[in-house]
Amino acid sequence: MGLTTKRLWRGVHVPEHKETTSGLPIRRMPFPPMLIVPLAQHTGAPAIAIVHEGQEVVRGEPIAKAGGFVSVPMHAPATGRVDRIALAPNARGELTPAIYIKPFPSASQEVLYGAPQDIDRMTPAEIVTAVQATGTVGLGGAAFPTHVKLKIPEGKSIDTVVVNGCECEPYLTTDHRVMVEYPDAVLHGTRVVMRALGVKKAVVGIEDNKPDALEALRKANGDATDIEIQAVAAKYPQGAEKMLVKVLLGREIPSGGLPADVGLAVFNVATLAQIGELLPRSQGLIERVVTITGPGVSKPGNYLIALGTPLRFALEQAGCNSDANSVILGGPMMGAAISSFDVPLTKGVTGVLVLTKAEVNGSSKIYPCIHCAACVDVCPLHLNPSRLGLLARKERFEEMESDLHLNDCFECGCCSYVCPSHIPLVQYFRVAKQMNRERKVRAAQ
Amino acid sequence: MTATPNTTVIEVRTSPHLHSPLSVDMIMRNVVYAMLPLCAYAVWTFGISAAALLITTTLTAVATEHLICRFNGKPSTIPDGSVIITGVLLGLTLPPGLPLWMAVIGGIIAVGPGKLLFGGLGFNVFNPALVGRAFLQAAFPIAITAYTPSFAVNRFTEFIPSSLAYPFMKAPPIAEWIANVRLDAFTGATPLMLQKFDHISTDPWAMLMGQRAGSAGEIPTLLILLCGAYLVFRKMMDWRITAAMLSGAAATSAVFHWSSPDKYADPFFTLVTGGLMLGAVFMATDPVASPVTPRGMWIYGILMGVLTVLIRCLGGLAEGVMYAILLGNALAPLIDNLTQPKTYGARKAAAVAR
Repeated sequence: MGLTTKRLWRGVHVPEHKETTSGLPIRRMPFPPMLIVPLAQHTGAPAIAIVHEGQEVVRGEPIAKAGGFVSVPMHAPATGRVDRIALAPNARGELTPAIYIKPFPSASQEVLYGAPQDIDRMTPAEIVTAVQATGTVGLGGAAFPTHVKLKIPEGKSIDTVVVNGCECEPYLTTDHRVMVEYPDAVLHGTRVVMRALGVKKAVVGIEDNKPDALEALRKANGDATDIEIQAVAAKYPQGAEKMLVKVLLGREIPSGGLPADVGLAVFNVATLAQIGELLPRSQGLIERVVTITGPGVSKPGNYLIALGTPLRFALEQAGCNSDANSVILGGPMMGAAISSFDVPLTKGVTGVLVLTKAEVNGSSKIYPCIHCAACVDVCPLHLNPSRLGLLARKERFEEMESDLHLNDCFECGCCSYVCPSHIPLVQYFRVAKQMNRERKVRAAQ
Repeated sequence: MTATPNTTVIEVRTSPHLHSPLSVDMIMRNVVYAMLPLCAYAVWTFGISAAALLITTTLTAVATEHLICRFNGKPSTIPDGSVIITGVLLGLTLPPGLPLWMAVIGGIIAVGPGKLLFGGLGFNVFNPALVGRAFLQAAFPIAITAYTPSFAVNRFTEFIPSSLAYPFMKAPPIAEWIANVRLDAFTGATPLMLQKFDHISTDPWAMLMGQRAGSAGEIPTLLILLCGAYLVFRKMMDWRITAAMLSGAAATSAVFHWSSPDKYADPFFTLVTGGLMLGAVFMATDPVASPVTPRGMWIYGILMGVLTVLIRCLGGLAEGVMYAILLGNALAPLIDNLTQPKTYGARKAAAVAR
């Protein structure tokens, strides 16, 4: 790591804990006895089921169609029979409609669906439609339909594609393994989106704690000059879109704006790898890599999981220890702790982290804010979490939004992480945002 | 081997699920550790009087906080450790021969009106130790400027006569005692007093190493810096305020010294004398009373450094650190308001909106 390496100036160094799984190859997890495929696995309108109870489905066959432009179809993750279409809990504890599929134990589970297509002869608009048909969404956690980003908003122009290979969350190694094992798919996917956007240049940003991923991609890229592979010094939350474009290209996405406002489109490496794999065969997204790790599991690893695999089954496969105390979908900084083991693993789940009491017991007593400014020094958005926290305590939520840019906060957790008073700042901000939203709804009525 | 997840009770918390190992009580504890070498040095140079003074201020501060918490029916806030810092710091800023009953009053004022009246840890506007000291300076102007020589021969066997003065009684004159215990050239007057009032300069290197008269804890300049460096290294102290205050003081005194070298001290002398180092390292950096914004910290520190030298050079007092820091404390909220950080993407959003 030289001084010339591009780096994020704010943010925090969190112990990475990636070594547990970073060297483990991606392994396929068996199919569970029942798959639960929620119709709303992505941001946007839920998909609409096109199968009925009792119908037999073949692995890769469409089972739900997109519910609009900002929506994607679903494909059967396994050959089997539709058991029922019923409510299932999601990670937030809500019940949403889902298609329950009972895989046939003796089926070959081959993907017979799909047909080759020549991307080089497709127009950008055709690529957008084809990408939507694959059901691909942002696999970095946001689960935003990828094809929407491929349609350039009116009045905007895009000059560069940014590929996000940072994976700055501790413990997670899914993107890492995808880059090491599928570098060609990543690069092919990158060229597909470049073509869809009519862009001649792409920059891949990879944190320098993944030298093998850097090497794999550089080797696969060879002498090609359209894609630049750039190492960035590891620091959390560099993988946040706003941070990465600033680090790589020095551009700041305006408050409340999109990368397109500064001529960029940002994609996660795993998303592009799926596009690179699926699009030439016009197949659908039916599985993803999930890192199951943490001190609470005995067989940590990077598992290729059929979408809709229930968490309970996945944890049984990974050997959940009895001292497990907290189960988190995603990374430890931004992931959500789940309250039920019956939630399915969906397109947006990057990892399952099982922590024991030893890890989560750290912060107990909350002291008053001592104005130490640690939060101000780490906030990647240059907000003032200290003052925001004090205002939240006084329930001055409106002021937080109007004067202190509350809505720019993307809840990366750096402020809460460093706060020596253990003030749950991020939680305060979530509450404040929610109160503001509710107030606006009331005002509109 | 594999317990079904059913058998475990899982807890649901909100992210982030990890936390850095730092906590307030740990920081406070380490600040106390960092002050211990200064206490030891104070006792070594001034003997049992300094020890008694430090113990008195610390115990008074702790007892005051405990009693007020009890009186308010709230859990005692002693475990967070901040009151110990206040007590020790107050002791370190007082002349070693200060009558102990005055030290008791200083401790009560520091913690009562200086800290708990505002709402306790995190809410005080001024550094509590300095509030206590400012009160003493106003109430007992003679006693608080009665400095005794360091390294008195009998410092470990007898108290400085003024230490044990009866409450509310005038301290006995110590000039005669000083004349008897003087060792070498160490006089009772501080180098700042000598420089300001008598135009006698002291060897700055001796001052750097802590061989001079002064308040109990302010004299080992180099040791104070090292203790501060420990806290910076442990990421428990903000070096920016210290750096800003020292550079502000050095720059201002350079201007004064350049304009009139005979009358005003040079920057190095300014840095190693009086309470500047102790103030810049341990008091100006009190997070509660200082700004939180990066630019604010620099402004705040420079302002205090400039004020210190202005008071020293143009004011009636030999030393100005205390009032400089208290003034800085008072301005900190204003500085904070004026230096809010520029948010990522904010300016461009305004441009887009237009």
